[in-house]
Amino acid sequence: MSHKVIVPIGPYHPLQEEPEFFQLYVEGEKVVDIDIIIGYNHRGIEKLSESKHFDQVAFLVERICGICSSSHPYAYVLAVENILGGESLVVPERALYIRTITNELERIHSHLLWLGLAGHFIGYNTVWMWAWKYREPILDMFEMITGNRNNYAMFKVGGVRRDIKDEDIPILKKTLDELVPAVDMFKGAVMDDPVIQARLKDVGVLTKQQVIDWCVVGPTARASGLNIDVRRDDPYGAYDKVDWNVIIEKEGDIFAKTVVRILELYECVGIIRQCLDKMPKGPIDADIKDIPAGEGIGRVEAPRGECFHYIRSDGTNRPIRHKIRAPSFMNVASDKVSAVGGTISDATLTLAAVDPCYCCTERVTVINKPDNKKILNGWDLIKLSQEKTNKIKENLLK
Amino acid sequence: MEILKSVFNYLVFPGLLFSVFAGLMAGWIDRKVSARLQWRVGPPWHQNFTDIIKLSGKETIFPQGGKFTFLLSPFLGFLSASLVAAILGWSILNPDKSFSSDLIVVLYLLLVPAVAIILGASASRNPLASVGASREMKMVLAYELPFILAVIAMIIKSSGAIQLGKVINHQLFFGSNVFSFSGFLAFVSIIFCMQAKLGLVPFDASEAEQEIMGGALIEYSGLGLALFKLTKAVMLYTMPLFVIILFIGRDLSPLFVILKFVGILVIIILIKNTNPRLRIDQAMRFFWRVPTVLSVIAVVLAIFGK
Repeated sequence: MSHKVIVPIGPYHPLQEEPEFFQLYVEGEKVVDIDIIIGYNHRGIEKLSESKHFDQVAFLVERICGICSSSHPYAYVLAVENILGGESLVVPERALYIRTITNELERIHSHLLWLGLAGHFIGYNTVWMWAWKYREPILDMFEMITGNRNNYAMFKVGGVRRDIKDEDIPILKKTLDELVPAVDMFKGAVMDDPVIQARLKDVGVLTKQQVIDWCVVGPTARASGLNIDVRRDDPYGAYDKVDWNVIIEKEGDIFAKTVVRILELYECVGIIRQCLDKMPKGPIDADIKDIPAGEGIGRVEAPRGECFHYIRSDGTNRPIRHKIRAPSFMNVASDKVSAVGGTISDATLTLAAVDPCYCCTERVTVINKPDNKKILNGWDLIKLSQEKTNKIKENLLK
Repeated sequence: MEILKSVFNYLVFPGLLFSVFAGLMAGWIDRKVSARLQWRVGPPWHQNFTDIIKLSGKETIFPQGGKFTFLLSPFLGFLSASLVAAILGWSILNPDKSFSSDLIVVLYLLLVPAVAIILGASASRNPLASVGASREMKMVLAYELPFILAVIAMIIKSSGAIQLGKVINHQLFFGSNVFSFSGFLAFVSIIFCMQAKLGLVPFDASEAEQEIMGGALIEYSGLGLALFKLTKAVMLYTMPLFVIILFIGRDLSPLFVILKFVGILVIIILIKNTNPRLRIDQAMRFFWRVPTVLSVIAVVLAIFGK
C-alpha cells in the first residue's frame, strides 16, 4: 500500500488528557511521518507574570502545571535568588533541605502517575489503578507538609513558607518505607512480564546521537545513555549534600524509559530519607525585602527533565521579563524521530513515553505551515484574536 | 402452536431477551470483579442496563453516505448473536431435539458479529474506523482457524456428530471432553480464541481506545452503539456457554451451568486484567504459533481417540 492516510491523535484524544495534535501519516498501520502541532493550551503566563510582584509570581508559575507544581516555582525562586547572589548564599540551610524534600516527593508522585498512565496506554488498566493507589499516600504527605495536595504554595524568594514539623518526620518516613515494597512490585511486574517486554522493547528507540541532536532532557535522555541531570551538574538545594546516583540506561526504547523512572523512585526515597536525617534546625526564610536590578536564571531537574526560568528585574517589585522553558518542549519534538517507522500502536506509546506535559510547554505560539511559510508573532495572534472576537460579536448582533 | 413456541424460544427464553439479560449481568460481573481487582468500588448491578437504555434514547448521528449498511450492521451482529444464544440454550434444555448440523450454523453465526463490525466500520468512512476494521479482519484471520479446529477436534471425539445435542449426550456417557488429552489442549486453545472473539484485552487491538479511539465503533452513536454494546454483552453470554457445551458438558443442570459459566467468566476476567494489549502483528503471530498448534495436536489426538 502506498496510499497515505492521516490518522489524527488530537486535539482531543483519550490518549492524553491535554489538548495536543499529532497528525500521523500512515501507510496501512505503518507511520511514515508525523506532524506535531501544539499550542492549544497557551495561557499567556509569561505576560501575566510581568503584572505581578515577585511574591505572587511563585503562585502563578505553580499553576503552570498541576504535576510540576514544585519544579516551576523552585526554578523561578532560583532565578530571582540568582539576581541576589545565589541560592546557597541567600537561603537558610534548613530551607534548602525542605525544598529538596518537596521536589523529590513531587518526582515520586509524577513518576508513579506516569507509570499508571503508561499502563493505561498499553491497555493494562490494573497497573494504572495500582500505581495511582500507591501515589495517593504521597499526596497525603504533601497535604501534611505543605497543606495542599497540589499547587503546594511552598516556595518563596529567600526560603520556604512552611516548616516540616518534628512530629511529621516519622509519618513521612513510614510512608516512604511502605512505598518501597510497592515499587519493588512494579519493578518485578514490569521487568518480568513477557507481554510488557514484547510491547515496549525496541519500540520508539532514541539513539544517544538523536537525543543530543534534538536536545532531549530528563529521564527520556537518560534512558538513551546520555548522562545529564541538573541535580548533579548544577547542584541546587541539598542535592550536593546527600548521596544518590543518576540512573542511566543504554537502550533508548520505551522499556528503558520505564526502567529509568522506576529506578529513580528508589533514588528519590533515598534522598528524602537522608534529607530528613541531616536537616539542621534553624530559620526557614531569609526575609528578602528588595530585588535589585539584574537578570538571573534558575534550572531545576523537574520529573520530566530540565526546567528553566529566566527573570529580569529593573529594581521595581515586578519582573520585567520572565521566560520559561519546560522540559516537554524539547522532549515532545523528539517524537518526530522516535515515532516514525513504527505502527500506530507503537506511535501512541512513543508519544506518551516522553511523559509530555503540554500545559508546561505552551508559553508561546508559533505556527509554521510548510506550504505558505507563515510564522505568526505575538502581535499577529492578538490581531487574529481581535478579528475573531469582532466576528463573534457581529454574529451575536445579527 | 409449535410456531408460537419457536418464536417464544427465539425472542424470550432462551433466546434474545434472556441472553441480553444474562449478557448484561455477565458484563456487570466483569466490571465489578475488574473494579475490585483494581482497588475500585465498581458499578451497581443495574449499571449496564441503565447504560443501554440511556444510550438507545440518544440521537443517532449518521456519517455521510453508506447509511443503509451503517445502520444494518449493528442489527445483523445483534440478531445473529442472539440467535446463537437461542440455539445453544435450546440444545442444553433439549439435547435430543437439536437439529442436524447445528454446530456449523453456530460457527457461522458466531462469526457474523465480527463481520458486522467490519461492515459498519467500513461504511462509516472514518480513517480510524478503517484502521479498526483492518485490525478486526486480521484478528478474524488469526483466531478463526484454531477456533474451528478446536471445535472439529470435539466433533471427532463425539464420533463425528456435527450436532450440539450429540456432543452433549456423548459427554453424558463418557465424561466431560476437557478431561481427555485432546479435549484439554483444545480447551486451552479455545479460551484464547474466546478472548479474541469477545474483543477483550490482550486481543482488543481493533477497539484500542488509547490508540484509535474505539476504532471500528468510533462513528457510532445512540441506538447503533447500543446495539453493538448489546451484541458484545450477548457474546459474553454465548461464548462461555458454547465452551461449556463443547468441553464441560457432562452435567448441564441449571445450577451447574451457572457455576461453570461463572468459572469461565472468571478466567476471562483474570486474563483481561493481568495483561497489556498486544499489537496486532504480535496477536496474529501468537494465534498462529500457539493456539493453532494446540488445536492441530488436539485434532490429531482426537483422531487417535485420546
